[in-house]
Amino acid sequence: MRRVYGFHGGIHPAENKHQSLGSKIQQAGIPQQLILPLSQHIGAPARPVVAVGDRVLKGQMIAEPVGHVSVPLHAPSSGHISAIEERPIPHPSGFPAPCIVIDCDGEDAWAPLQGVANYRDCEATELLELIRSAGIAGMGGAGFPTAVKLAGKSGQSVKTLIINGTECEPYITADDILMRERADDIVAGIAILQHILQPQETLLGVEDNKPEAIAALQAAAAGSAIEVVTFPTKYPSGGEKQLIEILTGLQVPSGGLPGDLGIVCQNVGTAVAVRDAICHGRPLISRITTVTGNAVDHPQNFEVLLGTPMQYLLDLAGLHPERCERLVMGGPMMGFTVTTAEAPVVKTTNCILAPTPEELPPPPPAQPCIRCGLCAEACPASLLPQQLFWFAQGKEFEKLEQHNLFDCIECGACSWVCPSHIPLVQYYRASKADILQQRREHAKSEQARLRFEARQARLAQEEEEREAKRAARKAAAEKRAALAEQGGEEDPIQAAIERAKAKKAAQQAGDGTAATPVKASPEVALRQKLAKSEQRLAQSIAAGEDAKIVSALEATVQRLKDKLAEAEAAATESGTD
Amino acid sequence: MALMRVSSPHAHGRYSTGMVMRQVLLATVPGVFVLTLFFGFGTLVNVLWACLVGLACESVALLLRGRSLAFYLKDCSALVTCVLLGIALPPYAPWWLIAVGVAASILMAKQLYGGLGYNPFNPAMVGYVVLLISFPVQMTAWTPPRGLGEVPGLWEALQACFLPARYDAVTMATPLDVLRQNQGLLLEDLWAQTPQFGRWAGIGWEWVNLAFLAGGLWLLYRRIFTWHAPVAMLASLALMAALFYDGGSSSSGGSPLFHLLSGATMFGAFFIITDPVSSAVSVRGRLVFGALIGVLVYLIRVWGNYPDAVAFAVLIANFAAPFIDHYTQPRVYGHGKSGGTG
Repeated sequence: MRRVYGFHGGIHPAENKHQSLGSKIQQAGIPQQLILPLSQHIGAPARPVVAVGDRVLKGQMIAEPVGHVSVPLHAPSSGHISAIEERPIPHPSGFPAPCIVIDCDGEDAWAPLQGVANYRDCEATELLELIRSAGIAGMGGAGFPTAVKLAGKSGQSVKTLIINGTECEPYITADDILMRERADDIVAGIAILQHILQPQETLLGVEDNKPEAIAALQAAAAGSAIEVVTFPTKYPSGGEKQLIEILTGLQVPSGGLPGDLGIVCQNVGTAVAVRDAICHGRPLISRITTVTGNAVDHPQNFEVLLGTPMQYLLDLAGLHPERCERLVMGGPMMGFTVTTAEAPVVKTTNCILAPTPEELPPPPPAQPCIRCGLCAEACPASLLPQQLFWFAQGKEFEKLEQHNLFDCIECGACSWVCPSHIPLVQYYRASKADILQQRREHAKSEQARLRFEARQARLAQEEEEREAKRAARKAAAEKRAALAEQGGEEDPIQAAIERAKAKKAAQQAGDGTAATPVKASPEVALRQKLAKSEQRLAQSIAAGEDAKIVSALEATVQRLKDKLAEAEAAATESGTD
Repeated sequence: MALMRVSSPHAHGRYSTGMVMRQVLLATVPGVFVLTLFFGFGTLVNVLWACLVGLACESVALLLRGRSLAFYLKDCSALVTCVLLGIALPPYAPWWLIAVGVAASILMAKQLYGGLGYNPFNPAMVGYVVLLISFPVQMTAWTPPRGLGEVPGLWEALQACFLPARYDAVTMATPLDVLRQNQGLLLEDLWAQTPQFGRWAGIGWEWVNLAFLAGGLWLLYRRIFTWHAPVAMLASLALMAALFYDGGSSSSGGSPLFHLLSGATMFGAFFIITDPVSSAVSVRGRLVFGALIGVLVYLIRVWGNYPDAVAFAVLIANFAAPFIDHYTQPRVYGHGKSGGTG
C-alpha cells in the first residue's frame, strides 16, 4: 500500500451522494435548441466561424480558439444556427454572454471524424494539438484548457501524473458514475496522457466512499502503470492542492503551479474526453452531469449535449418548480447559483442541484464573530479565517495580504463550520476583487509616475545642456577678451565702434536689394547679396538684356565686392566672429 | 420559479453561537452542584440574581444601541457571563455587590466595546476585578465548607443576599489564604495544624475543582474549544509549583496538585480562559496564552496580595492576546515548505 498523507483542516458535510446513484447514466437526448456560450473555459473566448442561417453538422467546429489559452467550440448536434447573441449563461456574475444558438434538426448527423489509428506513433505535440482542437478544457470544474496544462512550462519534466477521481463535493456523482461505468475509457485516456507526459508514476486518487468505482478502476487498471490510491473521505480532498498533498506529501508553493513540483493533475472526465478525441476524433460535445436535490423526483446522472438548457434536464429529472428556491451549478460547497433555468449546460457543469428550502435553508442573519476558531481548524490552507474576516471588514488590504488571503481556495469549509453563520467566503471574494482592482490602479498610476519622471529627467537634461553651452560660450568670450587685452593691439571700445560702423554700412548696402533684416554678421549678409547680384548679372547676360541694365548690375556687384572686402578686414581686426 | 442568488457555500454545519453558549452553561452544572453541596445555596442565589440583573443590563444596552433584543439575547452570551461571574463571587454576597459586578461586566466590559465579539477583555473577569478592588472585604468573605462549619440553608442564603444587614455570615480563610500567610511552618505541619486542608488541596475545593474539570472535559469532547489553552495553563501552573515546591519547606509555594485543585484553577482553565473572544486565536497562540496565564496565576498566588489570581492573570493575558496573535500565525499551505512531508 502506498502511504497517503493528510492535510490540515477539512470538514465532513453530509454526502448526499446516494440519491443520484440509483440508476445508470441516462442519455438526455436532443433538445430543440442548444445554446453554446463562446467562453466555457478559462482564457480568451472562442471566435464564431459560422453565421446565422448556416447548417452545421454534429462535431463541426463552430468557433475557433483565440490565442494560446483558448479552445474551440463544436456543434453538439446537427441543425441551423439561429442566432449569435447574448444569452443567460451559468456564471457567478449572473450576466449574459455571447452564445451561438443552434436549432436542432433532430437528425444528429455527424461531420466526418478521423481518429488516430495508433497514438503511440504520434509525437506529443501532435497529440496536444488534437486535444486542443477537440475543445477539451478541464472537466472537474475550473475549465482550464487541457492542452495548455499538459504542455506545461518548457523545460519542466513530469514526475507524477495525478488523475483526480476524488469528487469530494457533496451531492455530485458525475465522476463516481463515470468511474463505475466507463473505467476502461478512463484507463485508455490515462494511457494517452502517459504517452504525452512520460511520467515516472501515475496515481489515480479516489476517496474511500466510492467502493464500486474503486473496484471498477482497479479491475480496469490491472497490469497497467496506473496506481489506484484510496484515502479517507474528507472535504476538500479533491482540491488540486489538497490532493497533491494527500498523494505526495508535497505542497504546491504559494503562487506556484503543480508543474513546479513535477506534477500534473487531470480529472477522470478529462481523461475520457482525451481518449474520445484521440482514438475517435470526437470533439468535446457532451458530458456527464448530475441532476439532484430534493426538488427533483428522479435524481440521476445524464450524458448531456453541451448547450442543453438546464430546464430541459430538470424536466427530465422531474422538477417541482414550487419546491425549488435556488438552483446551483456545482455542489453545495463551491457551486454558484444560477438565476434562470434557461442557462445551458457547459463544459464545466458537473452538477445541477435543485434543493428544497428545507434541504439547504437560506442563510440566517450573521451574528458577531466570537473568534471561536472553528474556521481556523477547518481551513485546508491553514489560514486564520477569523482574522481575515476582521481585516476584510475593516478593508485592511495590507493586513489581508500579510495573512495570505490569496492562498484561500474558497472551499467554504470556514463558512460551513461558522456558528455565527458569517458568509466568510463572500468577504474573502470581495476583498480579493478589491485588492486586485487596487493593484491594477496602482500599476496604472505607477506607469503614469514613470512617464512623468522620464519627462522631468529629459527636460532637466535639456536645460543642463543649454546651461553648459551658455557657460562654454561665456568662457570662450572671456578667453578672447583676455587674449585681446594681452595683445593690446586695439582698444576694445574702438573695435566696438568699428563693428557698429560695419553693421550700419552693411544695412545700407542691403537696402536696395532686400528688405530682410540682417540677422547674421555683416560679411555673411554681404556675401549673400553678392551671390544674388552675381546670379542676376549672369542671368541678364544670358538673356541678352539691355546693355544699360547689365552695366548697372556689374557696378552693383563691384560695389558689393568692395564692401565685403572692407567688412572682412574689419572683422579679422576686431576679432569678432 | 423565482431563484435566489446566494453566495457559496450553500450547506451549513450544525454549530450555532447560541448552541455553543448553551453547552457552556450546561457544563457548569457539576461545578455549581458541588459548590452548593459544600458551601450551601449561596452560589446558586448568586448565579440566579446575576442572570436577572445581567439580562436587564443587556436588554437596556441593546435598546439604547437600537439592536434587536430577540436576535441578540438568543445568543445566550450574557447569561454565560453572568453565570461565570456568579460562580466566581463568594457565596452569600449582598445583592448590590452582585449587581455592581454584573453591570461592570455587561455594560462596561462588553457593550461599551461593541457587544459580543468585540470585547478585548473577559467580561466576567472585568466585573470580578472591579469588585475585588472596590470591595475587598466582601470579596474575600468565603464561608467554611461543609464539615468545618454549619452550612446555611436556602432561606438564609436568600436573606444574606437580599437583606444583608440582617445576616452575618461566618467566614473562614481559604486554603490559598492559609498557605500565603504561612509563617515558618513546614508544609507538613501546616497541613496537620489547619483544618481547611483536605486530601489533596482544601476541603470542598478539591471536589469543586474536579467537578469543573469534568464539565470542561465534556466541553472538550463536544469540541466547543480545543485543549491547547487549558492544558498549557495547567501544565505551566504545575511546572511553576514543582519548581518552587522547595521540598515542602516553610517557604514552599505549595505542591503542583495543591495548585491544580485549589481556588479557581479548573474553573479558570476550562470556563474563563477558553472565552474565545478575548483569547489568542491560533493553536500556537492559545498554547502561549494558556501558559502565560498559568505562570501569572502562580506568581500572583504565591507572591501577590490577592486571595486568588485567575482574574488578574486572565486580564493581563487578554492585553497580550493581539501581540501573541501577531507572532504565532500558523504556516500557511505552500509557504516555506517545499518538498517536505506532511
